[in-house]
Amino acid sequence: MRAADEVILQLDELTTRFHLRRGTLTAVDRVTFAIRRGETFGLVGESGCGKSVTARSIMRLITIPPGEIATGRVVFEGEDLLQKTPRAMRAVRGKRIAMVFQEPMTALNPVFPVSTQIADGLRNNLGLTPRQARQRVIEVLRLVGIPSAERRMDDYVHQFSGGMRQRVMLAMALSCDPQFLIADEPTTALDVTIQAQILDLIRDMIKRFEMSLLFITHNLGVVAHMCDTVGVMYASHLVEKTDTKTLFAEPLHPYTWGLLNSIPHLETRRRYLNPIQGSVCNMLTPPTGCKFHPRCEKAMDICRQQIPPLREVAPGHQVACHLY
Amino acid sequence: MSTTMTNGYFLEARGLTKYYPIQNDLLSRIMGRTAMLKAVDGINFYIKRGETLGLVGESGCGKSTTGRLVARLLEPTAGSAYLQGRNIFTLRSPEVHKLRKTVQFVFQDPYSSLNPRKTIMQIISRPLEVHGLASNFLQKRHRVIELLTMVGLGAEHVDRYPHEFSGGQRQRIAIARALAVSPDLVIADEPVSALDVSIQAQILNLFRQLQEELHLTYLFIAHDLSVVRHISDRVAVMYVGKIAETGTVEQIFERPMHPYTQALLAAVPLPNPVAPPPRLTLSGEVISPVNPPGGCRLYGRCPLAGPECAEIDPELRDRGGEHFVACHKV
Repeated sequence: MRAADEVILQLDELTTRFHLRRGTLTAVDRVTFAIRRGETFGLVGESGCGKSVTARSIMRLITIPPGEIATGRVVFEGEDLLQKTPRAMRAVRGKRIAMVFQEPMTALNPVFPVSTQIADGLRNNLGLTPRQARQRVIEVLRLVGIPSAERRMDDYVHQFSGGMRQRVMLAMALSCDPQFLIADEPTTALDVTIQAQILDLIRDMIKRFEMSLLFITHNLGVVAHMCDTVGVMYASHLVEKTDTKTLFAEPLHPYTWGLLNSIPHLETRRRYLNPIQGSVCNMLTPPTGCKFHPRCEKAMDICRQQIPPLREVAPGHQVACHLY
Repeated sequence: MSTTMTNGYFLEARGLTKYYPIQNDLLSRIMGRTAMLKAVDGINFYIKRGETLGLVGESGCGKSTTGRLVARLLEPTAGSAYLQGRNIFTLRSPEVHKLRKTVQFVFQDPYSSLNPRKTIMQIISRPLEVHGLASNFLQKRHRVIELLTMVGLGAEHVDRYPHEFSGGQRQRIAIARALAVSPDLVIADEPVSALDVSIQAQILNLFRQLQEELHLTYLFIAHDLSVVRHISDRVAVMYVGKIAETGTVEQIFERPMHPYTQALLAAVPLPNPVAPPPRLTLSGEVISPVNPPGGCRLYGRCPLAGPECAEIDPELRDRGGEHFVACHKV
């Protein structure tokens, strides 16, 4: 029986760099967090913060070179994925950890029918025969709510609407019954009513199959609705981590406050928003010390000198900031 | 053409229509298989001077096409758009040229809307040259720097190229370019959708500030309801080429009447974990704008639908206080 508090994925000081002609860019810097079985963990941040690279590092989908997973461990169900051979890693991807991406039109193969694409994974990961695979494809397409699954299974990606394509991607991800799902901005490209359908579907599937979910997004509304725990990333660092309710009620990191204060609210209207001044630093030539300090209202001398470590300042609430 | 023909609104669209014939080749026509994509299908709306009309809807609803029609970047299939009492579509060439000084456009993608081979100086001064608004280099430069300062950039940016700027900064440049000719109406098509949340806030504030300083009127097109709520005075909700509902921002967000508006609002996840979760109030998927069936476009998804909804396309009717709704059932 699976214990509810058991940690299924542990990231320890994960660091991923890219060696470019212009210099070396550290996209993920000593990121550490743990996800328990059945938990939905949201990784939030704006573009360039490193959240997608973190997900791809877990799946070892980083192109090496120019990428390099420099240090750290990614411990999944007790095994460090970074130590696995490429062959062993292929047995993990799709089968034990599955991933859903942002743009289904680009993530799915346009020249093969969806049945072939889903069956591919089934045959490689589970060793099913073509007939068994086809049967499972129908099952899984029905599961995600594709109407007339038997008729549509041999259609091509372009014959489906945006929301349907995302369901197909989800079907593919779930087909081999993984324990862990990573969803990288799965609803960003979708209309709000379709987004609501897909989020409901993901929640259903997670509950039904007792899966854990790493949900990456920049949308704070989606995070509030979907996630148990939230990690906030800024310029390659994890700067705050706590349960969702606490993050919205008592954010500690100045970047988190800034983010929450700058979004327009559906329910109330202020004359002017409170944006965070300035913009994200150049990651090739980042500032010394805390990368947020040039934009931070509360910056102190020490912030310019030392990168603050991520520390637990209240039960279950970690923050990387010299204020604490 | 006198102002009394319209109701004195700054901009008024009547029966504005844009159809795209697809599959219109000879064989298809012989076989009776032509298809018409009705991107914008006879819409009516107005904008008052100094006001912001937020035009909102999901992808494919026709909002971008509407924006382009009002800017006369596209020719309509039918209908009219009265700007200060004159129909922009019946203007002749020299007056269309003048129209470009009155109505300007800000595009969604800050990465493709600026010419990568021109400096910021060249990009912003071009409209000045086209409209004869500066007679020498110094005047141009002075005006360009003035515009850059207005949008929160500086003189030091003048001789740089677009690739040297971030998305938010490029959008500021695009806004400066639009303001160069001192327009009265600015049409912004999803101007913040491609930007990060914290930069969105800066650009939205900039829009508001400029509106106050320069007495601008905006047609603000967006799909993000929170952004629309923030920036608009009035809102028009579009669905498959039609306007479902128009009203003040309070009417639309606090007392939405059309089932589609209600569905849109219910589906938005609020950035508050203890708020009610997003709900789906409509079943099924959006119909295609290609050869849409007669009757209400929401028929088939709408929980209130009755037999008349399948037959007759509802008209926008004023339900009191300039709150217009196109629905047989409410």
